[in-house]
Amino acid sequence: MAYPTIDTLSQMAGSVWAATSRSVVPATVTSRHSAVVRVTHWITTLCFLALLISGVEILISHPRFYWGEAGNVLTPPLFKLPIPASRSTVPTGYGYVLPDQNGWSRYLHFQAAWLAVLTGLFYLGYGLLNGHFRRNLLPGSAQLSWRALSTVIAKNLRFRPASEADAWSYNVLQRLTYLLVIFFLFPLVIWTGLAMSPAIASAFPAAVTVLGGQQSARTVHFFVSIFLLLFLLVHVVMVSLAGFRNRMRAMITGRPAANLEPR
Amino acid sequence: MRKFARRKLITAGIAVTAGASGLAVAARLAQRYGLIPPDAGGFYGPGETLTYAAQRLLTRHSFAREFAPSQISKPPFANQVDPLGEAFKRLQEAGFTGWRLNVDGMVARPASFPLSTLKSFPVRSQITHLACEEGWSYIAQWTGVPLSHILNLVGTLPQARYVIYRSFQPDWWESIDMADALHPQTLVAYGMNGGELPVGFGGPLRLRVPRQLGYKNVKYITRLTVTDTLKPLGLGLGSAAPEAGYAWYAGI
Repeated sequence: MAYPTIDTLSQMAGSVWAATSRSVVPATVTSRHSAVVRVTHWITTLCFLALLISGVEILISHPRFYWGEAGNVLTPPLFKLPIPASRSTVPTGYGYVLPDQNGWSRYLHFQAAWLAVLTGLFYLGYGLLNGHFRRNLLPGSAQLSWRALSTVIAKNLRFRPASEADAWSYNVLQRLTYLLVIFFLFPLVIWTGLAMSPAIASAFPAAVTVLGGQQSARTVHFFVSIFLLLFLLVHVVMVSLAGFRNRMRAMITGRPAANLEPR
Repeated sequence: MRKFARRKLITAGIAVTAGASGLAVAARLAQRYGLIPPDAGGFYGPGETLTYAAQRLLTRHSFAREFAPSQISKPPFANQVDPLGEAFKRLQEAGFTGWRLNVDGMVARPASFPLSTLKSFPVRSQITHLACEEGWSYIAQWTGVPLSHILNLVGTLPQARYVIYRSFQPDWWESIDMADALHPQTLVAYGMNGGELPVGFGGPLRLRVPRQLGYKNVKYITRLTVTDTLKPLGLGLGSAAPEAGYAWYAGI
């Protein structure tokens, strides 16, 4: 019985995000991630977890979803989650009602949202001024050709070992994923969240009607949260496969690995 | 190296001082313009203050969306209410002729209005959304007298900052700032969808604040109190909601 050794495991791990090009490593980089990226990354992580936990708590008070402006237990739902609820007014099929946690959950949800949005704005300003997006996240046109893309995808599917360049730069799939999360999912989750607010709806009615109504905003908010959660899970799995200690060290201290000298 | 460290220290020192004094100035301005909610203390204070201040600045004069009659929810959903007791039942059996709305506090002419008097005041009808913090909602037509009309009638004093409103249910009392109290869509509602306001929906009298969530829309209101401070009431958090763990401001 051949159990994989630590060595073969780490070899497999390194193979996941195979590089397409070594030339993307800038000569002047002194650390893998700048201090701003590291600090905003961890604040965002903390906020995301707080938003996730409080969001689930709020969700279970009414695990039914609707499309349009209004919806309640007397309205046919678009779909409902097969889970118990924290309100006795919601018919769930379960013989019990979960404890109500909405008070602190709503306080925490909005506080974490504020911190996340302010952190995000700071990161956005930094990324635009400092060239972080252009340099580290926008794929080069060569990377976007079908040929280059299929090479990366094939390498990933075959678990080819990562090159040294991978510890220093994102490959094209990472770049596209991060851009999608930063410039599409995050803005959309903020927008749909705000569209549920009756006061915001009064000030910016178009922000609600464009989505189809306040219940549609809630439903979209739920799906975007699911996509963000999926991203988080895949992200953590990929980091683990690529070498958890090294990748974590890079995001905490800036140095990608103990044996790699800063460039 | 030492020079570099010193420069860094000076820069950081200036940044911290500027940040701290900026925050102090912001806090002073927020206090002056009424942008700090009564439940601003504690761990969630910063988030609450940001939400309330931002929404006050953005929505002071905005109007809740009004809908077409075809969009009215059929049927609407009356949330559960605690048993109302014998005294309420007696009032109900008498057709609420004995129901009164008392107005006191910082007003020139405290008053007590029977239901019939309220119904003789200028009427406003609007089809608006009522959303619960739990996530569900319904659209209904609400009919009543604008709270601003009642406040003008009794003459609120210039230093008034909040209106406290109490329910027949003793543990349900809320308060709103003057921006919401004087807003044309804030109604003392006695009618719904063309008829009397049903008891399940808060009849005979419910305060409708359409730019805030359901729990600020107190059912069975009996008393309004105009005040300049919420500190002496209950735990000093502004209303019953924060005492139960919910935010005082429910515009989100």
